[in-house]
Amino acid sequence: MSRIDKEQVKHVAHLARLHVSEEEADKFTKQLDDIISMAEQLNELDTEGVEPTTHVLDLKNVMRKDEPKKWITQDEALKNAPEKQDGQIRVPSILE
Amino acid sequence: MSLFDHKLSEIQEWLHNKEISVNDLLDEAFKRIEEVDGEVKSFLTLNEEGARERAKELDELRGTKEGRGLLFGMPIAIKDNIVTKGLRTTAASQILDNLYDPLYDAHVVQKLNDAESVTVGKLNMDEFAMGSSNENSSYFPTRNPWNTDYVPGGSSGASAASVAAGEVPFSLGSDTGGSIRQPAAYCGVVGLKPTYGRVSRFGLIAFASSLDQIGPLTRNVEDNAYILETIAGHDKMDSTSANVDVPKYTEALTGDVKDLKIAVPKEYLGEGVSEEVKTAVQNAIKEYEKMGATWEEVTLPHSKYALSTYYLISSSEASANLARFDGVRYGRRSEKAENMLDMFKLSRSEGFGDEVKRRIMLGTFALSSGYYDAYYKKAQQVRTLIKKDFDDIFENYDVIIGPTTPTPAFKVGENTDDPLTMYANDILTIPVNLAGVPGISVPCGFSSEGLPIGLQIIGKHFDESTVYRAAHAFEQATDYHKQQPSLGGAQ
Repeated sequence: MSRIDKEQVKHVAHLARLHVSEEEADKFTKQLDDIISMAEQLNELDTEGVEPTTHVLDLKNVMRKDEPKKWITQDEALKNAPEKQDGQIRVPSILE
Repeated sequence: MSLFDHKLSEIQEWLHNKEISVNDLLDEAFKRIEEVDGEVKSFLTLNEEGARERAKELDELRGTKEGRGLLFGMPIAIKDNIVTKGLRTTAASQILDNLYDPLYDAHVVQKLNDAESVTVGKLNMDEFAMGSSNENSSYFPTRNPWNTDYVPGGSSGASAASVAAGEVPFSLGSDTGGSIRQPAAYCGVVGLKPTYGRVSRFGLIAFASSLDQIGPLTRNVEDNAYILETIAGHDKMDSTSANVDVPKYTEALTGDVKDLKIAVPKEYLGEGVSEEVKTAVQNAIKEYEKMGATWEEVTLPHSKYALSTYYLISSSEASANLARFDGVRYGRRSEKAENMLDMFKLSRSEGFGDEVKRRIMLGTFALSSGYYDAYYKKAQQVRTLIKKDFDDIFENYDVIIGPTTPTPAFKVGENTDDPLTMYANDILTIPVNLAGVPGISVPCGFSSEGLPIGLQIIGKHFDESTVYRAAHAFEQATDYHKQQPSLGGAQ
């Protein structure tokens, strides 16, 4: 039984903001299905009541004061932007 | 004989006594790079002009050890997922191909600069550190200096290859599932993945945030300890960097392992591990016996689940981390896009390679509604069981010893068609990242084809000192680390 089909792969690609061609969708469906099938192996284990580990340090919510701080200038922030205009980053129009 | 055949501490003496200059060290590095980098292909970007300028400043300061940095004048190369101010940083991805002028230095780079080392250049890698062979670089694959038909490992493949080839005396890499230790083993150098939280990741281009660590690759254990001493410690810019004192790791290198209690997991010498690798590791264990250490066989019962657990967790985290590459603020923007959604989709599709796309999609799937509990949460629960396996062993033992990889390096092109076979190279290193403990790879033999084999030594959380002590004692008792590839003629 396949764990993921081509339509799901296309949907996932959309969620991840990736453009995939029909050909790529076929290839990724097969490869992702193989990987997910391998991962099904975890179902052999009973994990009822086991706490999930998000990271291994004994740390929770490291807080600091919320205060303004000089970091980079506007010019620096714009330096690597692909398109800019009047001190702002320019993007394609969002509204029709 | 190259200057880089000597230990860092010896080179420091010569510098302070003005027997050599920082510029001499750079001559050595750039001469060797010119000789062999056409074959090995370690470097994505060279920093010769900047390095020479820095050398001029540092050479004026020679004459006394007083007030000088721990790595004074030492040439170092840095993996290209570690951000360097004003020095091109791409993570070997086309999506960052045009990032010529990054705005800041990673915390580790600041630390290296404070320690007065000199950055020679940026090293090739698998794109965004996703890979085990350097074949996923979007530029070119780096080759193994011992035999250029073979891969150097990955993802810090060039971090290991550049040190093995004598281009630089040491380098920085990053390790999410074995990306420092596996290439160190394949290239016959020393590579350490520190405890999770030991080194700040501020300025490391994130792959999987609950697993990533930066660490050093060197010719010998002592140099490795010096570099870790330099880069470790708390950083307020990385909340996951631990507020734990940094010991003088070099003081742990006593050569004495008489009291050492070693655990050898039977899973690490089982199915899938080649006979040559098993023999090399068994010989290493005998070496420890001779030195007065004791060992027992133990079990890591959940280790066979580590690979699946790792791919679910690391890909999920990657899918979130790599969402920032959207073509808006920096990096590649597709020229074909007419609206916002297309700009995101086309920029990312043109900019990312197949392995990166595969993992982003796997992660997006594992985190998506209806699948989260079955895949992502399940993997996090199994991670708890894997970590407990290690905790249990470390109640009774000081270190765990086994191979770093199941086999020596494989040929370029051998595993590129099948992601699952490629992933299996990391089965012995991945559990260490999941548990968050430190691990080192040191050379422990050669295959019949003359390729290096690595011994992995794993320690308790924040106990790099014992890992280094064990690695150093083995190194002193053997001479594998003294052998060098015959690349570009004898050195």
